[in-house]
Amino acid sequence: MAGEAHAPLAAMAGTSVRDPRLFVVRQPRNRDERFGFAADLAELLLPYLTSFQGLTEAVAVDRGRDVRHRFTDAPQVWLPNTGGIDFLRLFGRSTRFRRLDGDYPVPPSVPLLGQWLTFLASSAEVPGSALLPNAVQALGLHWATGQSGAEDAHLGSLMAWITEGAEAARQAETGPVAGPATDPAFDNGVLAPLIADASPDLPTVLRELLLPTWNQMWHALELLAGLPEGGRVGARWDGDRDAYTAFVQHLEEGGAPQPRRDGAVAAAARLQRLENAATRYAVQRAFDDPLVMAEYRLAGSAFGGVVTLANPDRVDDTGKRPVLRPRIMVATSEPVRVEVGAALTSPARPSQKARVISLTPTPTGTDVLLELSGGMGRKLVADPGSVPAVGERLLLTTLSEAYRPGSAFPDPSDTPWTHGGPPGSHDESAQPA
Amino acid sequence: MNRIDRLRGPAPAKRHNARTIAALTGNPGCDRRAVLDAAGVDKVRLSERIGFPGDFGQSRFALARGNAFEAMLKADGGAMLRTLLSAEKAGYDDLGADADDTLTARHARTRELLAAGDAGLVDHPLLTLPVAGQTVYLEPDLIAFQRSGQVRVVEIKSFAIIDGQADSAKVSAAAIQAAVYVLALRRLLDDERVSHEVTLVCPENFSLNPVAVVIDVRKQLSTLRRQLSRLESVSALIDALPPGVSFDVALPASTLISSLSEVAARYAPECLSTCELSMYCRSEAAGTTGSLGRSVREALGGVETVEDVLALASGTLPPADDQTEAAALLQAAARLRDEALS
Repeated sequence: MAGEAHAPLAAMAGTSVRDPRLFVVRQPRNRDERFGFAADLAELLLPYLTSFQGLTEAVAVDRGRDVRHRFTDAPQVWLPNTGGIDFLRLFGRSTRFRRLDGDYPVPPSVPLLGQWLTFLASSAEVPGSALLPNAVQALGLHWATGQSGAEDAHLGSLMAWITEGAEAARQAETGPVAGPATDPAFDNGVLAPLIADASPDLPTVLRELLLPTWNQMWHALELLAGLPEGGRVGARWDGDRDAYTAFVQHLEEGGAPQPRRDGAVAAAARLQRLENAATRYAVQRAFDDPLVMAEYRLAGSAFGGVVTLANPDRVDDTGKRPVLRPRIMVATSEPVRVEVGAALTSPARPSQKARVISLTPTPTGTDVLLELSGGMGRKLVADPGSVPAVGERLLLTTLSEAYRPGSAFPDPSDTPWTHGGPPGSHDESAQPA
Repeated sequence: MNRIDRLRGPAPAKRHNARTIAALTGNPGCDRRAVLDAAGVDKVRLSERIGFPGDFGQSRFALARGNAFEAMLKADGGAMLRTLLSAEKAGYDDLGADADDTLTARHARTRELLAAGDAGLVDHPLLTLPVAGQTVYLEPDLIAFQRSGQVRVVEIKSFAIIDGQADSAKVSAAAIQAAVYVLALRRLLDDERVSHEVTLVCPENFSLNPVAVVIDVRKQLSTLRRQLSRLESVSALIDALPPGVSFDVALPASTLISSLSEVAARYAPECLSTCELSMYCRSEAAGTTGSLGRSVREALGGVETVEDVLALASGTLPPADDQTEAAALLQAAARLRDEALS
């Protein structure tokens, strides 16, 4: 609803293209109707969100000394665009603190829905998370159109370009918008009179407005499902299942609603988690998708070449113990912007490190001499196939999937004064409006 | 009648307000927008006339909420606003609504009230600002709050501040608009009498309760000053136009389009949300690298059209001297793409 960040007008949701459920607020300014809408939506969403708690699997932690359990699957909620995610975040904020008693009592499902929406919206901030994906972004990762990002943000236009081409994309621009905000012309010409007259036609009109987007969403999912799955997608979904499991546990323990704002320590820790996730996601995408890797190759932080020499049995015995350190020579015609001493990896052998020993310009490009370590077994003779052979095509990059340890943060009660001091010293937990 | 007025034809000039002046600074490289705005041409009518209507309405719901919030704050002589600004005892003068024939009188009254230096709120003051060599009246939509000899701009906006955070695009738009008012007020009074801090009044969280936040607009002020001084050169631009050029919306579409082609535009996708003529400029810019966005334009600097980009990448077009580097990179990119897709 225009003008109010948190007043929903209508929503369409469901788990099958043939079964869209429509939720409508007939008087968007009416508080009771708004929370009635939330309760109705909760009736559909909560059973779905909690339906993945049947099976768990054991995961070893602390180097196998302990074990924890996580659910084998997790929910996935799709929205058309990032505006929808922002809306859900605000809607979660406006519902998760609602009281079951007092002046405006709401059913218990309303604050619970608020907590779930907040959980989903904040997981959407984690790069690579797939609990709350949006169609515009997901399509944009895999299709390039001949229009600008501003135009791609319109789901109808983006889908039209992908499926039918440029001309159709222009036509689609005047079609229904995917929300969350409605089009001013629709507001003024159609919606305002219907609301003013409390017209019984409102749900029908809104259904017609939402159906094209609904169908586009399912079509987008079909297109995305037709793409081959990246090798590292599963590991990211493991992370999502961990987050889901932890949140379910939090709720089972009678968990309090998420705070309005993170404390200083929690915010710093979260920021670091997000930064790590962003780096990891960028590397994983490059390793999984040759088109993404091509960008790094163009910039010189990755290059492809052919192995011209290999000494797979080379042993370095200058240290206390002899170690296996094979050397290979890779000839490339691509730009190489790495320095001697840099550690490179190859997506084909992610656990093997290749240190640059020397770079020699040749008439056709560069000869790179590399010393390998790791990923070759425990003996002083490399396992078969673990050292690239002469003639093998190899891709090398400075990108690394190596584990990045988190920093140590102080206990919240030791928050330094530079960051506002320990929470509770000034009243942060006051009841919100 | 001067050249600027002749460009527009007999239609009355579009009046400027803080929003239109703020928009001028959005794409300062665009001569077309500078000329049309300096001449006060109705761009909505113009774009409809040439067959490229845009969608620049405002939702009635948004307007209604904005008006309701403002009316609530200003009721009873601005009682709620005065409480919020801790100025319970201050006076409240409303200089009233807007009509063309009383502009001069209202401007004089504004000057008189503010120059007197009495503490209080002045609603709907009328200000002037030189834009492109012409003095324009600003549609007043602000309150000047005077206390201890300092005047501060108070802007009422209806977007919500939730948990201390608001939509950053809306806040920065509000800051630029407030800076326009600060600039206009400084023309009326001395510079040091007008604060570079403005007060933004918004609804808090999900209620209609107002909350006031102070924003420093010094950065916006210097941007505005720079852009406005650039606009002064627009009269030179207009003088250089061929004699037949006119944007009189009564003229046939073909004439208007040939007039438009005399003034270069600098289309960027951002125009779509800020300029009424953007649909036309976009169709005119079709096939250029700039129409794909600023980042693409910069990445392909020196190569103007998508066709040239593809020709350089495939090697069918020999690059110009300043394009050799770009061409080598494009060819490498094409080779990598082919390899990845094979």
